[in-house]
Amino acid sequence: MQAKKRYLILLSTGTCLILLFCLGGLQVPVLSQRGHNRRDDRSLSGSHPGQRWRRFLGPLQTFGSWQPERSDDYNGHMSPRQKREANLGVYTDKRCRMDSCFDFSLCVKNGFKVYVYPVQKGEKMSESYQNILSSIEGSRFYTANPAQACLFVLSLDTLDRDQLSPQYVHNLRAKVQGLPLWNEGRNHIIFNLYSGTWPDYTEDLGLDIGYAMLAKASISTENFRPNFDVSIPLFSKEHPRTGGDRGYLKHNTIPPFRKYMLVFKGKRYLTGIGSDTRNSLYHVHNSEDVVLLTTCKHGKDWQKHKDIRCDRDNAEYDRYDYREMLYNSTFCLVPRGRRLGSFRFLEALQAACVPVMLSNGWELPFSEIIDWNTAALWGDERLLLQIPSTVRSIHQDKILSLRQQTQFLWEAYFNSVEKIVLTTLEIIQDRVLRYSSRSYLMWNSLPGGLFTLPQYSTSLRDFPFYYAKLGIKPYPKFTAIIHVVTPLVSQSQPVMKLLTAVAKSQYCAQVIVLWNCDKPLPAKQRWPATAVPVIVIEGESKVISSRFLPYDTIPTDAVLSLDEDTVLSTTEVDFAFTVWQSFPDRIVGYPARSHFWDSNKERWGYTSKWTNDYSMVLTGAAIYHKYYHYLYTTYLPTSLKTMVDQMSNCEDILMNFLVSSVTKLPPIKVTQKKQYKETMMGQTSRASRWADPDHFAQRQTCMNKFASWFGTMPLVHSQMRLDPVLFKDQVSILRKKYRDIERL
Amino acid sequence: MYPSSKYSSRGPALIPRMKIKHRIYYITLFSVVLLGLIATGMFQFWPHSIESSADWTMDKRSVHDAPLVRLPVSSPIPERGDLSCRMHTCFDVYRCGYNPKNRIKVYIYPLQRFVDEVGVPISSTGLSREYNDLLSAISDSDFYTDDVSRACLFIPSIDVLNQNSLRVRETAQALAMLPRWDKGMNHLLFNMLPGGPPDYNTALDVPRDRALLAGGGFSTWTYRQGYDVSIPVYSPLSADVELPERQPGPRRYFILSSQTAIHREYRAELERLKEENGEALLLLDKCSNLSQGAASVRKRCCKGQVYDYPQILQESSFCVVLRGARLGQAALSDVLQAGCVPVILADSYILPFSEVLDWKRASVVIPEEKLSEMYTILKSIPHRQVEEMQRQAQWFWEAYFSSMKAIGLTTLQIINDRIYPYAARSYEQWNNPPVVKWASVNSPLFLPLIPPRAPGFTAVVLTYDRVESLFRVITEISKVPSLAKLLVVWNNQNKSPPEGEKKFKCPECTALDGLSLDQTHMVERSECINKFASVFGTMPLKVVEHRADPVLYKDDFPEKLKSFPNIGSL
Repeated sequence: MQAKKRYLILLSTGTCLILLFCLGGLQVPVLSQRGHNRRDDRSLSGSHPGQRWRRFLGPLQTFGSWQPERSDDYNGHMSPRQKREANLGVYTDKRCRMDSCFDFSLCVKNGFKVYVYPVQKGEKMSESYQNILSSIEGSRFYTANPAQACLFVLSLDTLDRDQLSPQYVHNLRAKVQGLPLWNEGRNHIIFNLYSGTWPDYTEDLGLDIGYAMLAKASISTENFRPNFDVSIPLFSKEHPRTGGDRGYLKHNTIPPFRKYMLVFKGKRYLTGIGSDTRNSLYHVHNSEDVVLLTTCKHGKDWQKHKDIRCDRDNAEYDRYDYREMLYNSTFCLVPRGRRLGSFRFLEALQAACVPVMLSNGWELPFSEIIDWNTAALWGDERLLLQIPSTVRSIHQDKILSLRQQTQFLWEAYFNSVEKIVLTTLEIIQDRVLRYSSRSYLMWNSLPGGLFTLPQYSTSLRDFPFYYAKLGIKPYPKFTAIIHVVTPLVSQSQPVMKLLTAVAKSQYCAQVIVLWNCDKPLPAKQRWPATAVPVIVIEGESKVISSRFLPYDTIPTDAVLSLDEDTVLSTTEVDFAFTVWQSFPDRIVGYPARSHFWDSNKERWGYTSKWTNDYSMVLTGAAIYHKYYHYLYTTYLPTSLKTMVDQMSNCEDILMNFLVSSVTKLPPIKVTQKKQYKETMMGQTSRASRWADPDHFAQRQTCMNKFASWFGTMPLVHSQMRLDPVLFKDQVSILRKKYRDIERL
Repeated sequence: MYPSSKYSSRGPALIPRMKIKHRIYYITLFSVVLLGLIATGMFQFWPHSIESSADWTMDKRSVHDAPLVRLPVSSPIPERGDLSCRMHTCFDVYRCGYNPKNRIKVYIYPLQRFVDEVGVPISSTGLSREYNDLLSAISDSDFYTDDVSRACLFIPSIDVLNQNSLRVRETAQALAMLPRWDKGMNHLLFNMLPGGPPDYNTALDVPRDRALLAGGGFSTWTYRQGYDVSIPVYSPLSADVELPERQPGPRRYFILSSQTAIHREYRAELERLKEENGEALLLLDKCSNLSQGAASVRKRCCKGQVYDYPQILQESSFCVVLRGARLGQAALSDVLQAGCVPVILADSYILPFSEVLDWKRASVVIPEEKLSEMYTILKSIPHRQVEEMQRQAQWFWEAYFSSMKAIGLTTLQIINDRIYPYAARSYEQWNNPPVVKWASVNSPLFLPLIPPRAPGFTAVVLTYDRVESLFRVITEISKVPSLAKLLVVWNNQNKSPPEGEKKFKCPECTALDGLSLDQTHMVERSECINKFASVFGTMPLKVVEHRADPVLYKDDFPEKLKSFPNIGSL
């Protein structure tokens, strides 16, 4: 037993010793050897791969940016003015930039005005191009006088420059050169959807564009002249001129996944440019959630080039419906065709199917202003096989946000030819009026650049849309504007009471009385004494639209717009203003109206009946953001404003149309005392327009006129009224902050 | 360790039976062995750290220890950069691979000292302090790899920050000698001062094949959008000078010009502006009485009066940054640091990091031609916006200009965003200063959608054991026409939920109606609120005074005509 143990112990001791030797004894020489090697490395080669970069110690020289440039050198050299002029001659053609190829001086006097050449007789023009031209002619940029123009648009159809296409306009080169105002293309913009032809599909237009800018689809990054050209989307003949369809997304689903993960259905090119990408799609197709279908059946002689996969692909292709896939997929593949852009891009955008671009080198539409990373994914044609794992790796929060952004962008910039054209023009205007141009945030967040006019302000704080994004609040006071059309006869007139009540509000900064009455202004002392300043402005042309002018004398973000016969108490005003602070982009007010579709007459109807919903809030008593005054005055066409002024009616409907088309949301109705309606509708004053029987009929007409200009019905219904928290609750009236609203 | 542990597991049974003598003997023996093992272990780990610390102290890691490489005269020269290069044509994405972290791997070549055949170095400064800082920062970052075979991006240790200190041809040859050069593919060069007299090209003149260039001072004609990265010209002053914090707001001067190398034509123009607008403008120049040197960099003069630079920049709302011979100016960095809004007059200049930064929010760009209108243009900017711009300018400096590290890592992040665009940083992440990031609200459901009624809603009822109350809720809510689904969450581990049939009869139910509104309950809830607010770092809840009711709520109106007549009847 003892011996056994002793052996055992000896054995283990031995093992221990061996282990000790292995770990320690042997390690030492190895270690020192390695250290030696390392030193050798450094002294011999220095480029030993795998060596870690480490900071060098000791004094090093600075790279020398603080040494001022030798100003003598610089001064002795060419004068900056000469240098600038020299640039003008050098940087032309493919190197054109605004500084070198655009004549800013044409835009100084009249601002950004666009001239369209008169259409020559016998000149054929595609429907799409007609739509482009009529969109420009209907815009506020249009001028018929070339002497006032900053930008020129040809009436020669340049959209399709594919020689094999039936739409191709021949002899364009000569025709363009012969134009008297051509001026080598300076300040001209040329719209183009297709360029080049089989087999190489170059981006050449087959005419000398000189100094002209291109608004072109399928433009490549190599040919794109940054901040000079504009990349536009490829759109079809059927693309509506104005109005445009809403996005497909009606509600968000969470989790945001749809039946398919990634889909594509389209032609496959058997040979030639762009064929590689679509030819390899079948590698990724799994006929479950990744469905990528191609067909060889197109063109006259497809059978001739047919490959072994064609029959199988064609059969699979016919099994699926394109629309069904489009609307039921989370992502839509947008691979290049012969050209870089394809119709699929806009189709996917509208369908709220997040586009996955597979088109290397495509300068995406309006890339100058749109942050496409927020609405689309970039695939790389070279990494096609990674696409499924990439799209699967996208977090669902991101999908939700990408999807919503597709809808915003679609409706803001793409859903009609008019939007595409206006966006193009606004981009160029931003370049021309450099100091009042939109920031990236204005372009990329709701309601989008077309509704955010930088001529109003370049500060995000001055608009109703960015408070939450910037983490700030609107200015906590309002300016009341009372529209007066009847002369002052007595101190007990409703307008006097109104003025006193409004001025008493703790949130009131100032009252503006807009004197639109034919009688001369009353003496200052006839207005009641108030704690806040009262400014009386005499309306220049005494038209009703003047109540929506962006007066400089409005110091606040909020405007309380009032008719002279409105009856409101201070409490009601206070409450409405606190509500508006939560919804600064909407109209918040009292009397509400509604619209409806009259299917018998096939037109929009207007109703003032008390119903369970509403879509307009009358601006005779409403709070909204001052910016809408600016938008009303500058964004809306003169034709509509004139119509309103001539009738002295409908200005409130127009304002509601405008605000709802910006926000896509209904206005907000707040609690009102019940006698409001009677007082208002029953006003006996002679001038009350509400008493006029034609008044109502006019409003019907207005609705339809407005809807046709907007191209769609922007009004949205709401069933909600905002009341004070304890409104009509059975608690002591003393506990209620806005108790006066309940007291009749 | 294995044998000893094996032994010790038997030990307690064994040792007591041994003779004392033996026991002592064995214990001593094992103590020796154990000590030996511990010593070995220590020996094994200590030498490493001893040696590596020797690396830092004794070895000094001096630049002069870098190996010398002699360039043969005939050594190949790369081609001049190709202006049409883009990521999809000149960059090899296969090297970057699919990567769960979506982060590119960056390799830095070890330092070598290149000399020509007669032994003259290719650069007069060699490795500059700034480039050393830049490379060290990258090597400390998550982008770094020392495994050249895994790298996606390669950064030469050849310092080309300042072209003036380089021999262009030899530098190009040195680049081409790099073992992985491969036509410059996936190589990134950092250059802040491009060109040289008399023409001052706006991009580095060193031929560099397809290498990407992070350049300070690109013009629109040399910048390959989406390929090159426009970077700032680093101002070493910022490392030395700490400016006191200054809130955005009105400043003593409206416009300040503090650059020293301004073309005489422009200086004349500025003088004219000064005459017209007087005190609002301050025009400074270098001090003639101070000798050239480091001290003169920190002083500016005007009519004999001496001002401290860059401190004086904090006294102005706008600061002029005029082009010199080069487009990129180090002054831009100083100006931003001071929270002064830069007024940039450098036609065709590509602003630093313009690919991701929205400069409209932090600067005013005016064409050189319009210098004379500068005052009017700036006066038309609303006050609120000037303050916003001041804040934005300061933030840009802090985040992207303040150190070589910031500049280097921002550049890599931009390239990273191009390679993994689906994981790119957002506009808000790049541009919103922390104040805004904290306060802003970005709703995940930002699209104004008014969902259709058809899909209805799902009711989720949380319950513990108050079954009677639960059944009442279920009965009531199932009357609602738009209820699509009802989900009951049984939150009680001790009891199983009632079965289907028994559903509306519940004999054992105890009347436990109404949550106890006692004091503890309220106190607990208050504590919750405080705890949540401290975790959120702010109080996200907002107080409103309104409530949503149906349009005709409590109106004097026939009830049968109301959509929601029952509301408020309880």
